[in-house]
Amino acid sequence: MARELMKGNIAIAEAAVRAGLQAYFGYPITPQTELLEYLSQRMVELGRIFLQAESEIAAINMVYGAASTGVRVMTSSSSPGISLMQEGFSYLAGAQLPCVVVDVMRGGPGLGNILPSQGDYFQVTRSAGHGDFHPIVLAPASVQEAIDFTVLAFDLAEQYRHLVMVVADGQIGQMMEPAELPSMREVQTVGPDWALTGARGRPKRLISSIYMLGEEGEAFNRQVQARLQLIKSREQRCFEYQTEDAELLVIGYGTAGRIAYTAVEAARAAGLKVGLLRPQTLWPFPEERISTLSDSIRACLVVEMNAGQMIDDVRLAIGGQVPVDFYGRMGGVVPMPDDILAAIEETYARMTVRVRA
Amino acid sequence: MQKEFLFAGFGGQGVMFAGQLLAHAAMSAGLEVTWIPSYGPEMRGGTAHCFVVISDSPIGSPISKHPQAAVVFNNPSFARYEPIVAAGGVLAYNSTLITQSSQRTDILLLPVPATQIADEVGDLRLANVVMLGAVLTAFPALPLDIIKRALEEHLPERRRHLLPLNLQALEAGAAHAQRFVQPA
Amino acid sequence: MVATLIPPIEMDVIYERPTALSPVHTHYCPGCTHGIAHRLLAECLDELGLREQTVLIAPVGCSVFIYNYFEVDSCVAPHGRAPAVATGVKRVLPDRIVVTYQGDGDLVSIGAGEVLHAAARGERITTVFINNAVYGMTGGQMAPTTLPGQKTTSSPAGRDIRMTGNPIRMSEVIAQLGGAVYVVRRSLHDVANIRKAKKAILTALKVQMAGLGFSLVELLSTCPTNWGMSPPEAMEWVERHMVPVFPLGDFKVTDAVKDL
Repeated sequence: MARELMKGNIAIAEAAVRAGLQAYFGYPITPQTELLEYLSQRMVELGRIFLQAESEIAAINMVYGAASTGVRVMTSSSSPGISLMQEGFSYLAGAQLPCVVVDVMRGGPGLGNILPSQGDYFQVTRSAGHGDFHPIVLAPASVQEAIDFTVLAFDLAEQYRHLVMVVADGQIGQMMEPAELPSMREVQTVGPDWALTGARGRPKRLISSIYMLGEEGEAFNRQVQARLQLIKSREQRCFEYQTEDAELLVIGYGTAGRIAYTAVEAARAAGLKVGLLRPQTLWPFPEERISTLSDSIRACLVVEMNAGQMIDDVRLAIGGQVPVDFYGRMGGVVPMPDDILAAIEETYARMTVRVRA
Repeated sequence: MQKEFLFAGFGGQGVMFAGQLLAHAAMSAGLEVTWIPSYGPEMRGGTAHCFVVISDSPIGSPISKHPQAAVVFNNPSFARYEPIVAAGGVLAYNSTLITQSSQRTDILLLPVPATQIADEVGDLRLANVVMLGAVLTAFPALPLDIIKRALEEHLPERRRHLLPLNLQALEAGAAHAQRFVQPA
Repeated sequence: MVATLIPPIEMDVIYERPTALSPVHTHYCPGCTHGIAHRLLAECLDELGLREQTVLIAPVGCSVFIYNYFEVDSCVAPHGRAPAVATGVKRVLPDRIVVTYQGDGDLVSIGAGEVLHAAARGERITTVFINNAVYGMTGGQMAPTTLPGQKTTSSPAGRDIRMTGNPIRMSEVIAQLGGAVYVVRRSLHDVANIRKAKKAILTALKVQMAGLGFSLVELLSTCPTNWGMSPPEAMEWVERHMVPVFPLGDFKVTDAVKDL
């Protein structure tokens, strides 16, 4: 299929449709609204379900209801709306329901602004709701990855019966880039064996997250943890550029990661041994690769569009083997390649001084 | 080599379309390209802008601190973006509407009476296409033929009948700019 | 004692457990009317042959375990969100019967938004609304339906309406909404009223079967434990104190419903 010039939000929406999205529930919020608007027409054209909910809380609970019936279901929002959906995320995780949530992040905290941000890293990887769970979190850095990861999200959600989030930011949502869409998949007609459909000729089924006894609750949690462990062992993904002989490893995801790519290119042109690792999964975090690389690098620079959130995971993966510096912009400011290049040069200089000493 | 454009003006002046047209053309030429609009409060009335970045290698930032070409359609945009054009770059402005001037000597100032030219071509709304023809003559990131093909492919259905006028507007803008370009 | 074998006697079956009701004991307190409401709903599902096509949305509240008591597919919703969850189910499965069963804390307080919008959209779902004027499961705190002056564990001096407002008559509110087609209030405090309640639930389910819109049956109910009363006292309290504040009646019955 040919490349088309597509806006990130629209590309995600169409990718979901082609991945077999059967029901969408959402609530308008900038900068993801085009996604909802697009689906309001597209889903109806295809005879599928679209509903604008009265709030993000209602939207995620509609998702929960639809997911209970075993269909491919999605919602999308932006940071403040994602905060509101946390109740539902926890119930979805507790009831082991597959679903896809798109977060087109904006500046915070509070009302913040509608500019691009990565301030939701903690929210999506750590505090996506009460209880012990992590969603699978995919972080695209281009319109093409936004498409690919949306399709992947549905497959992972079903494979693991788990909540999968596609976490972009306002820049990826609003940007147009050439990208290729997948072909249209058939919508599934047979649901899984746990789906609620009415107990016709079979025992009744229950979708719930309630475990009254401590032992029951713990047994269920062990099951969840085992699944998360499996996900962790199989699904760590990252993109690497010039890491083989890198002495300084730059780590950034999404928009920060792609801008860092340009900075690393420039640093290499200037003869600095710099490489880039761009996590594509934020949970599970690509700790194995980073841990391996920490044997050969001398320093690390984390670049984020927040005050430093992923840096905690980087530090855990590096385990104190090399110093970890940070360059971040906040509140909706997107770093430019030369900003990151300056940070690279600074870290590189410090690293060199240390080596000489 | 990365080429960075900024288009800015009032909503309704075709700023976004001019940028998208350029982006479509770049894609047809097999290049990497990004187009990103200003969005949010700015898009509700007031001045709107978009960036287009064209490159033969992966593009990091779709936004540019110092675009090599700025195409501005109104006074507020002129005031805001004139200082940021990269040294050696081009500032193309619709001189029918823009009354300001620039003291900069390190950039090519390209006044284009775009609204007037568009009117002469036959439709005031084509000022954006006139500007695109002009800027690409002064800063030849892509050949005009590819823009023409993009126009043929991407002019919205309801404007399809205006294709010949669009092509004329593009040519007229290019012809006007020719006078400002130093002979090679 | 030696058991004597009594030969079986041929008898007509005049009373049996509805097939929609599971053969288990409930956890409800003595004198609680949840049991009556459950039975009425189960009888109605049986009579309309709906058991195998019903999806029941459980609330958070005393009836959170309703899925243990019904032989139907169930989903437990977060507190107050049952109408949104039901919307998700019903939109995907329009030919199934989707019922939410919610208490007054769930429906009138934390879930007020969800039920109002589900009703406004005319979701083809049925809500059974149990109003007993307190939060039961958490131990008898003040609800938005608590009567003026009523003592609860969070209004120990009695509900002071100057500080906490007046009880919300949710059925009357919902009846204003375009998508709601059948909204009535009944009571479970005596046999005559229980019979009327069953008729209302039957109608509400028929409304859904006909796809007419949102239907809701509010049932004035008891909570002897949290009210600190005996079951008979509680029944009497409903009649004497709740009915005057929450008058029984039909708040919305559209012509299409009347034609059913």
